[in-house]
Amino acid sequence: MAGLGMRKSRNFINRIISSSQIHQSLGVLEHIHSASSHRTHLSKFPTKIPTWGGPAALSSSRRFESTEAEKQAECMTDIGDDNQMLDFPGGRIAFTSSMRFIPESPEERIRCYRVIDEEGRPLMDSGLTKISEEVAVKMYTGMVTLQVLDTVFYEAQRQGRISFYVTTIGEEAINIASAAALTMDDLVFPQYREPGVLLWRGFTLQEFANQCFGNKADYGKGRQMPIHYGSNKLNYFTVSSTIATQLPPAVGAAYSLKMDKQDACAVTYFGDGGSSEGDFHAALNFAAVMEAPVIFICRNNGWAISTPTSDQFRSDGVAIRGQAYGVKSIRVDGNDALAMYNTVRAAREMAIGEQKPVLIEAMTYRVGHHSTSDDSTKYRPANEIEWWRMQKDPVNRLRKWIERNGWWSSEAESELRIDVRKQLLDAIQVAERVEKPPIADLFTDVYDVPPSNLREQEKLLRETIERHPRDYPEDVPL
Amino acid sequence: MDRDPTVCVMGEDVGHYGGSYKVTKDLANKYGDLRVLDTPIAENSFTGMGIGAAMTGLRPVVEGMNMGFLLLAFNQISNNCGMLHYTSGGQFKIPIVIRGPGGVGRQLGAEHSQRLESYFQSIPGIQMVACSTPYNAKGLMKAAIRSENPVILFEHVLLYNLKERIPDEEYVLNLEEAEMVRPGEHVTILTYSRMRYHVMQAAKTLVNKGYDPEVIDIRSLKPFDLHTIGNSVKKTHRVLIVEECMRTGGIGASLTAAITENFHDYLDAPIVCLSSQDVPTPYAGTLENWTVVQPAQIVTAVEQLCQ
Repeated sequence: MAGLGMRKSRNFINRIISSSQIHQSLGVLEHIHSASSHRTHLSKFPTKIPTWGGPAALSSSRRFESTEAEKQAECMTDIGDDNQMLDFPGGRIAFTSSMRFIPESPEERIRCYRVIDEEGRPLMDSGLTKISEEVAVKMYTGMVTLQVLDTVFYEAQRQGRISFYVTTIGEEAINIASAAALTMDDLVFPQYREPGVLLWRGFTLQEFANQCFGNKADYGKGRQMPIHYGSNKLNYFTVSSTIATQLPPAVGAAYSLKMDKQDACAVTYFGDGGSSEGDFHAALNFAAVMEAPVIFICRNNGWAISTPTSDQFRSDGVAIRGQAYGVKSIRVDGNDALAMYNTVRAAREMAIGEQKPVLIEAMTYRVGHHSTSDDSTKYRPANEIEWWRMQKDPVNRLRKWIERNGWWSSEAESELRIDVRKQLLDAIQVAERVEKPPIADLFTDVYDVPPSNLREQEKLLRETIERHPRDYPEDVPL
Repeated sequence: MDRDPTVCVMGEDVGHYGGSYKVTKDLANKYGDLRVLDTPIAENSFTGMGIGAAMTGLRPVVEGMNMGFLLLAFNQISNNCGMLHYTSGGQFKIPIVIRGPGGVGRQLGAEHSQRLESYFQSIPGIQMVACSTPYNAKGLMKAAIRSENPVILFEHVLLYNLKERIPDEEYVLNLEEAEMVRPGEHVTILTYSRMRYHVMQAAKTLVNKGYDPEVIDIRSLKPFDLHTIGNSVKKTHRVLIVEECMRTGGIGASLTAAITENFHDYLDAPIVCLSSQDVPTPYAGTLENWTVVQPAQIVTAVEQLCQ
């Protein structure tokens, strides 16, 4: 594209000429960006270097004359190498005369922030935030509910009552604690292993069941697979099966909040596998450049279906990538509900207060299979799964902490579990019996109003059904 | 952008640079850097960003510097843009406009000469329109911005220099309507975007030769305005489609199918479709000219059709 290239460079050059107060030599250009709050300062070169002549000097016919640069180079070698700095486009960089490649991994891996240990004992220098009994017990209740919800629905799928399910076992703390640290105004863009966030916000067990059964009461009108929840009321954007496609829209939503100057941020979740997608890279880059108030929460659970993280990336996990994009990041123990809560709280304040993105890598383990279509014992040892389930369970860990504080008891525990299980079984029974969505819903919402081609296709479908009524299921209304 | 503060623009070099085809010239000065947003080079990302912004109340206009680059955004356009209104049960709407120049230019090379309307036409949930004159460009753009559905607006690289007197008062065109360019009796010529001008040039020659072609600029690529098209077919009984898409899987292919299905009885002859060949657009000027349908070919096709 020769024509466009020349136009662009000429425009660029003209802009340099027209901006005021230019002291230039060939190697030093003011960084041009009209609204940037960062202006690089002109470096103070020794007076030997001549100042620039004027517009004529920058015209293309003299662009390759190196007289000035030669003079400049001579002066520079006098000075002594390691103290030299240069204003490259993008900022000032110091030079060095020792050639040193940055190693591919840091000497020590980024440390993982945690607040209580596996026995629920607070660690000495952890700076424990004061979490009230109310919030702590609500978090714990939420985590237990999520665990029971997963168990019951998984069983329902195995019994053939729903077609598909994805559990969140092992990641309850990430789900509930992060949700607890946010407000209802924060916009959530989930991947698919974050129903706990929706649960915390008030989605009822019946509503979960309705979506999984795809019945008429489902807000998605039966159009999506189970676990593809969505609720605009609760600011939880409908789950889309594709990996990491929610990251750029999260940045867009943050941009929208920034435009409207709202006291809220966007929050998006993804897994270790999702961090390999192109959308991850671009979303982080964008969020940093746009200065968008978005929190990126990576659930590093060790597995992307059957791909372990050692086959997913060679970097020190995901937290280290934040700096590559100019995004603040932290690694946190994802199975420590209190650490998650603290971290997301702090990240939210930073994101909104400073209007910048934050990356949180929550380390955890995917105790369940990837989904009901997966048997993970085929690619990982069963005892590894058991160890994480028994020894590292985030729910047990938080329970030990609240029991230590006298806020919980084993009676409360069994009562809660029995009650939730009963509610769920009831919800499932109800959901099973509710009608499926009518055939008209096959054609609505593709556009705001069905256009002529869809109206015609609906007509054709209804005619076909009329002609072959026995081939049409009885329990689906017309 | 004056009327509605939620309208914003995002794309590469749209801000102070004014866009690579100057479509967004001076908007950044007027509305600021946040409403006219310069993005890094990641089409999938800024299209996804636009979708997220649309879902949360803004009305973004996303510019693809060249339509061909939007192939990188196909994932977001298909999976999120087209689907989310449906899969969320109508809870989230996506009033986004995705626009940009496409089509064969003057020796821009194969990668910069793509006709994306062929690839996007199948995506459910989106609307596609192609503008061809300053008048319909403005009207369709306004309609697209005001529409609650995601709309892809196809501009053409070679049509940016057109000048035309347009009304001062506000007007908004219908996204689903075709435009009657020249009424006639002998043959219906369906076209859109730049090919409209080749057709009109051919029409002059045809008129001199005694033919009376009816020229319709279909404008709405998805859905087709079968009402206007149908009425024309019922009148002339002969159809010629002139498009810039490639023969395989282009807009012409779909249009041929749609007309045959619906108006088969009214046709006196098989539909003729003139399209570009199934080759990447060559750089050499002479070769490039021959991948695009030329007026002479249109004249010949009409003569043969009307025998």
